[in-house]
Amino acid sequence: MAINTPKQTSHLKREILVRLIRAFLSDDFAENARLIPYDMRPKGHEVPYRCCIYKERAILRDRAVAGLGHSIEETDDSELLSNLAEKALERTQPDEKPLTVLTTACKGCVPSRIYVTDLCQGCVARPCVNTCKFGAISVINGKSVIDPAKCKNCGMCAQVCPYQAIQKIIVPCENACPVGAITKGEDGHAKIDFDKCISCGKCVSACPFGAVHEKSQIIDVLKNIKAGKKVIAMVAPAIMGQLPCTPQQLKEAIQELGFADVYEVAQGADVTTKTEAAEFVERLEKGAEFMTTSCCAGYNELVDKHIPEIKPYRSDTKTPMYYTAEIVKKEHPDAVTVFFSPCVAKRREALQNPNVDYVLNYEEIGAWFVAVGVQVSECGESKFKTEASAEARNYAVTGGVAKAVQTLLPEEIPAHPVIIDGLNKQSIRDLKKYAKNGMCELGNLIEVMACPGGCLGGNATVNAYKPALKQLTNYVNASESLKSTEK
Amino acid sequence: MEKKISVKVCLGTTCFVMGSANLQELIEMVPKKYGEKVEVTGVPCLGLCSIDWEFSKAPYVKVDEDVIKEATVEKVLKAIDDKLAAMN
Repeated sequence: MAINTPKQTSHLKREILVRLIRAFLSDDFAENARLIPYDMRPKGHEVPYRCCIYKERAILRDRAVAGLGHSIEETDDSELLSNLAEKALERTQPDEKPLTVLTTACKGCVPSRIYVTDLCQGCVARPCVNTCKFGAISVINGKSVIDPAKCKNCGMCAQVCPYQAIQKIIVPCENACPVGAITKGEDGHAKIDFDKCISCGKCVSACPFGAVHEKSQIIDVLKNIKAGKKVIAMVAPAIMGQLPCTPQQLKEAIQELGFADVYEVAQGADVTTKTEAAEFVERLEKGAEFMTTSCCAGYNELVDKHIPEIKPYRSDTKTPMYYTAEIVKKEHPDAVTVFFSPCVAKRREALQNPNVDYVLNYEEIGAWFVAVGVQVSECGESKFKTEASAEARNYAVTGGVAKAVQTLLPEEIPAHPVIIDGLNKQSIRDLKKYAKNGMCELGNLIEVMACPGGCLGGNATVNAYKPALKQLTNYVNASESLKSTEK
Repeated sequence: MEKKISVKVCLGTTCFVMGSANLQELIEMVPKKYGEKVEVTGVPCLGLCSIDWEFSKAPYVKVDEDVIKEATVEKVLKAIDDKLAAMN
């Protein structure tokens, strides 16, 4: 399983963010924003990816539009980046829909279908013909030919071909989406149906053309800091594996950007663990067969939109983000709160929570450090006011939430965890089955993470999975266990 | 004793964010592949990104004195292979 594979598209997206941040911090934001596509592709520059320099600039312009937090779908092509930069400054609230598709960047991939390649040998066995339940394959001129009118895209022929000559052509975004929310529209370009979308971010990672962007809130946050507001960062546990520095240096580095203070969301995760462990005991004592966790925003949106029948089994405990934001707003009622997130889904959750004002993802934070030249490994160390437990800091790793809950369970009510390590069509079918049957034969505490590997595999993470896991695990191991603080 | 080839993977903030996070695997992979002939280390900022807008060419890797821009695992391995071939 490949998580966080290196991509040129990430490089482009991050470069745009760096340039936008520098433009904001310059003495002429609007004009410098307008120049971004020209600065990146000046006259005579090589054309690395597209047909011509004009197309490259048009796409870079659209990437900047998303970076300014606008929707490409709702923005007029004729509008100048300088105007859009000014409009970004006027915005008082982030947009409801967290994603936007760049039609300019979208390849308009050929529709998903089964395709017989030249490797077909026209063999005698003809398992493809015999396997097809729809009579769609016949052999013409010594090669298998699929009748598109009859083919149902089941892929059985591809599985049985002894030469692996039959391939399924996929549309990467459609293929990655676990709920069928992104599809090719009539014009052939990808389109997101936000009634179905669960904001898991899989299409963002999957598109090889980088055509799906998160709408950034970086300008909104910069604006609040510039205005002298007390802006407080709440960093989700996965961040501790993201940058080449210690957690204490990271806190100092974030404060250097102008944040008044930094809270670990792991602090809220400790509240989640305690509440969820108590809830688990109560539910099982009342005869429930199983309970699912409720901290992954992608999973929560999946439940709300696609599996309402599992709601009675989902824990009512709030997310670590919820409890952290509550603590911060209580201690600092005047603060502007910014959640630092590894994924898109938390943007949706934040919109529903009045205690969270903005969300920045790890790519955006990284780009901010680049833009202002903060060398994180050279920062001083700053301690967190409240230290979170080892278990809470491990929430970002698949299995971590279930493990934390287990720590606090009494011996007579043990949990048998079932780990759903990433949402896909199969795991969604499994969840539906558990809800329908009212039980799960594999266990009684189902931890659901939308991303394989947990939050460290989020779409907006910066570090590769393995080193991120190692770095985070070191931090977890150096932290005190919940057990020792509770008992 | 032959001179070792030195590979320095920049792990400064800019390089890290712009892609050297994905080059960390070189630090394990190179000794396995080349043994004693090549020495590989992750190093703090090499200072190459701070020149004008050169952050956009990050991540940087130095193979002896040669600077590799927009480095990828493949580019670095090729540079090592070329060096080794030239030495023989």
